Amino acid sequence: MSESLLAVRDVRKAFGPIKALGPVDVDLMPGERLGIIGPNGSGKTTLINCISGFHRPDTGSIVFRGEDITRMPAYRRARFGLSRSFQIPRPFLGMSVFENLLVPMDYCSSAETEKEEIERVEQVLESVGLVERRDHPAELLSQLELRKLELARALAARPRVLIADEAMAGLSEAEIDDVLALLLKLNASGVAVVMIEHIMHAVMRFSQRVICLETGKIIAEGSPDEIVASPQVQKVYFGEQTRR
Amino acid sequence: MKMTRFIIVALLVFATGLMLPKVVSNPYYFYAGYVVLQYVVIATGWNILGGYAGYTNFGSSAFFGAGAYMAAFLFKALGVSIFVQILGACVVGMLLGLATGYLTLRIQGVYFAIATVALVIVLETLVHNTEYLGGASGMTHLADPAPAWFGGQTQYVFCIMLGLAVAAVVLARWIEVSWIGRGFRAIRASEPAAEASGVPTLKLKLLACALSGGVMAAAGAPYPTYTSYLDPVSAFSLLIGLNALAMPLIGGTRSWLGPVIGAVLLASVQQLATVTISSEFNILAVGLVLIAFVVAAPEGLLGLRFRSRAA
Ligand SMILES: Nc1ncnc2c1ncn2[C@@H]1O[C@H](COP(=O)(O)OP(=O)(O)O)[C@@H](O)[C@H]1O
Ligand SMILES: [Mg+2]
Repeated sequence: MSESLLAVRDVRKAFGPIKALGPVDVDLMPGERLGIIGPNGSGKTTLINCISGFHRPDTGSIVFRGEDITRMPAYRRARFGLSRSFQIPRPFLGMSVFENLLVPMDYCSSAETEKEEIERVEQVLESVGLVERRDHPAELLSQLELRKLELARALAARPRVLIADEAMAGLSEAEIDDVLALLLKLNASGVAVVMIEHIMHAVMRFSQRVICLETGKIIAEGSPDEIVASPQVQKVYFGEQTRR
Repeated sequence: MKMTRFIIVALLVFATGLMLPKVVSNPYYFYAGYVVLQYVVIATGWNILGGYAGYTNFGSSAFFGAGAYMAAFLFKALGVSIFVQILGACVVGMLLGLATGYLTLRIQGVYFAIATVALVIVLETLVHNTEYLGGASGMTHLADPAPAWFGGQTQYVFCIMLGLAVAAVVLARWIEVSWIGRGFRAIRASEPAAEASGVPTLKLKLLACALSGGVMAAAGAPYPTYTSYLDPVSAFSLLIGLNALAMPLIGGTRSWLGPVIGAVLLASVQQLATVTISSEFNILAVGLVLIAFVVAAPEGLLGLRFRSRAA
């Protein structure tokens, strides 16, 4: 436990009467691939928002790289190595794809020369397959390209942890394979990845460990095989009639 | 490097302007040109927050008026030079921008727009009830004679306003090409995504408020010297607030050139027209032009150019 990269403890979040999340405890080990599943409205995005600093949890604490970040503003968490993508892509419209990536480069990376910055951006574009879109305005990108840009922007911040919120929704099987390969490559370079996903076979293929949320609480946790076999998970996903 | 060339050109423009009093003899040109340049400064200042960062300020006249009254106050109380008056106005404008931003931006964008409107009313009322500043009827402001080179007060303030315009444009250009401008553009596009990319959105918005407010207040500082008289109705005029946002919107809000083009066009037309028509009609005309642009050319004149190039 003590060596976990990210430790979420007793975190709760309510929106008025809606208890969206918690209490939950989540640990992420350095270099780990963690999957988070759960039906719509089960609190996955709320959990991410708490971790990345977009919501302030009502209770509990979040420790990242040995530092209590519970009250740290979101932009400082990003600089500290916690990167997230958004479920609905939020490109910087009015900027080229290239400049989109310069934003996290400018604001997250430690002192680099302009030349190194440009090289790094080009490397990221290469890895997500947006090289030929380099100078296009973000307005002109397709849905798949927007999702790639969303990931690329998170990568350009040089994260220790990447949290991808439903990065594959609406993509074809081939495109899913693309994104999976990208995330695996990133993970191989030492970045821990948290994948929030509805597409079950993708999460199961990708993750070393999976957590299942329902109505804001963790109802199952284990290896992909254990999760698939878990009666609680089957009940949530397939209803009561499913064979036990 | 790009910036160095820009600054050299800007200085050349300023130097050329300094020669004009020796070449042009009719003071009317300086009298009218002053207003055009004043609006270049106002529109450029407005655009730092309204264009680059995407926060609409409806109360630009509050900043302009505060700058004008700060200058008049400093002159009356301490007799300081016009340069110190401009500096004082700039500081007041920045503080006003910071305060307005700090009180409202933490909540939500729309409150900022509302607060800027309220700020005009608050400041105008304040001046109305301050005997020392002349109250509702205004105060005379008899500046020291201009240096002999310029041949008159009008030529002198024209050159000062040209200096302010050049400085404002250089500042805007510098913001545009720097990481600060990139942060502003990110905020304009999506604040959550900006924050997730490490952009300190609140700090940058406050910076934009301060810079924008400082520039617009500086534009007001030479005004009492220009007219020799200062009253709350003209210092906090609705036309200033309307022009401040109409000019960048007409020219284009994404680069420094947009507000300059918009200001030169709109203010020139207004200068020619005020000889023949009333200021109420002026406001109506600006309003109609603005609506036409919002509907037909939301990216301004510069946007039209880019659009036709892309097609
Ligand atoms: N900003 C918000 N304001 C009010 N309710 C919210 C907000 N965000 C999420 N919720 C509610 O919290 C619950 C969990 O939502 P969410 O975390 O988005 O679920 P998921 O990502 O698993 O689909 C839902 O009931 C949702 O309606
Ligand atoms: Mg969600």
